[in-house]
Amino acid sequence: MTTLTATHIPPTRWWQSRVVRRFFGNKLALLGLMMITLLTFACVVGPYLLPNDSLYVDLRARFSPPFTGNYYLGTDPLGRDIAARLLMAGRISLMVGFFAMLLATLLGAVIGVIAGYSGGWLNALLMRTVDGFLSFPTIFLLLALAVALKPSPIMITIIIALTGWMEVARIVEAEVRSLKEREFVLAGRMLGLGQAHIMFREILPNAMGPIIVAATLTVARAILLEAYISFLGYGIQPPLPSWGNMLNGAQQYLGSAPWLAIIPGAAITIAVTSFNFIGDGLRDALDVRNDNL
Amino acid sequence: MVAFLLRRFSQSIILLVIVSILGFVVLNLIPGGPLAQYALDPGMNQDDRTRIAAQMGLDRPHWVQYFDWAWRLLQGDWGTSFRDGNPVLTVISRHVPATLLLMGSATVIAVSIGTWIGIRGATHRYSVFDYVATVAAMIALSIPTFWFGLIGIYFFSLRLGWLPAGNMYTIGDGSLLNYLHHLIMPSVVLALVHIAIWSRFMRTATLDAISQEFVKTARAKGVRERRVIMKHVVGNALLPMITLAGVQLPSLLTGALVTETVFTWPGMGRLFLDSLGYSDYPVVMGLLMFSAILTISANFIADVVVALVDPRIRLA
Repeated sequence: MTTLTATHIPPTRWWQSRVVRRFFGNKLALLGLMMITLLTFACVVGPYLLPNDSLYVDLRARFSPPFTGNYYLGTDPLGRDIAARLLMAGRISLMVGFFAMLLATLLGAVIGVIAGYSGGWLNALLMRTVDGFLSFPTIFLLLALAVALKPSPIMITIIIALTGWMEVARIVEAEVRSLKEREFVLAGRMLGLGQAHIMFREILPNAMGPIIVAATLTVARAILLEAYISFLGYGIQPPLPSWGNMLNGAQQYLGSAPWLAIIPGAAITIAVTSFNFIGDGLRDALDVRNDNL
Repeated sequence: MVAFLLRRFSQSIILLVIVSILGFVVLNLIPGGPLAQYALDPGMNQDDRTRIAAQMGLDRPHWVQYFDWAWRLLQGDWGTSFRDGNPVLTVISRHVPATLLLMGSATVIAVSIGTWIGIRGATHRYSVFDYVATVAAMIALSIPTFWFGLIGIYFFSLRLGWLPAGNMYTIGDGSLLNYLHHLIMPSVVLALVHIAIWSRFMRTATLDAISQEFVKTARAKGVRERRVIMKHVVGNALLPMITLAGVQLPSLLTGALVTETVFTWPGMGRLFLDSLGYSDYPVVMGLLMFSAILTISANFIADVVVALVDPRIRLA
């Protein structure tokens, strides 16, 4: 008679999961995560540590190049400290990007689930609306909306979300359509669960992977769009600084004060690149078969 | 083929209807709505505005107004510019060629460089070239177009003095060479993002094509590798790229708007911003609708071309 010995298998914690290990094995994604953490930390804490206030106007120090006195990144045409403004602007730009992503993902997920689950004419109507939104050049639509509605930071966030939910909706719709015939959904129906419960509590969690990837890439996109419309003068309005509106007007001083243009643009590029690296790393880690950009 | 064309055409028409409804909503969101041009006129009181609103038919239900507006759009009556009183379509058509020139040359640059990078990345998968191209593409996608334009102007115009900093030609010099000289920087700046997009898609499409059975067959028959790639793989990988060209049109227009602003290029993007600045809403709305119609037509044409080239799609 043989004895059976039970071996203790430790439960896998979330940080030991394959996805997390694969994500942290991706150097670029890790770099992106580190840069975003650093950037966020700098934007939150930095303004308290810098010697100058972001709104303090030093008329004698206008157009100081970087590293003059305690103006580490120089000053703007009004003599305000660019370093302080850059970090304050980062708060606005990152917040707009983050909340626009949250709103767009929510909107896209809800519309995608409803379209995918219901099928039929409702699906056709919702998905053709998605196509309709995608037919407009984003900036044209954003600018028209920004002029129509008063451009406060909250309104800018909302209109960026309004022009950025379609990607998520498409992804979720496709996922839901393939999931809704699966056994667990049928089981849910047999149990008499409500439509909304099945849609949002049973099906949606299974589509979380692609949603997270799309959401990360949406942050990158939202930061870029905010920069575009603020650069053009229709986004975040001064005196509130944003990375985009710091570049507004930089072109006319390009010859005499190139740092006015170089510094905020570099900040945007670093932030957006980081989010794109993270999104790409997540996509590989979650093995979502989609090499599209 | 006829059935395919009809189905695809009716889809485009439905899309146009949806786009026009979205456009109508935006038009009515604008402060003052279609009455905006009279809103700031000090010589008018509320009674005058109500009377004009009645004359313009703005007291009718929204859906009646929509059909009226859409019907006029169909007939080519897109309203008149507040700024100079010209018909909107005339104003737009004056700015289309410059934008088409810019987008066309950017596309040529993006397609030629992008497909090359994509094919090379796929055939030399996981090589240093592939890795560098992947990372470079992600960075290129993250650089704001206008910033790239500013940096370009700083180095190539202000520092080196090689390229002009803006405009389409030097006044008084209309030679072809002068146009080309002005075209170089804006088209490269606009192309950057699209080089990245094309290279990524081409890489995926090439990898998909390489794993197909007919490639194995060709190799098994002893066809030289170079010929397998050039004829069998690239030929098939290029097919989805036709669709991509149509899909990318709105983002190309978005890029063109920003590029035109930085380089004072007299195209549709420039017109859009100027019209916003003057609150010239008929032109703004006209451009919004025009670009959407352009996109839908481009997607339709792309699908038809793919169907013509690839019998698998038209027979399916």
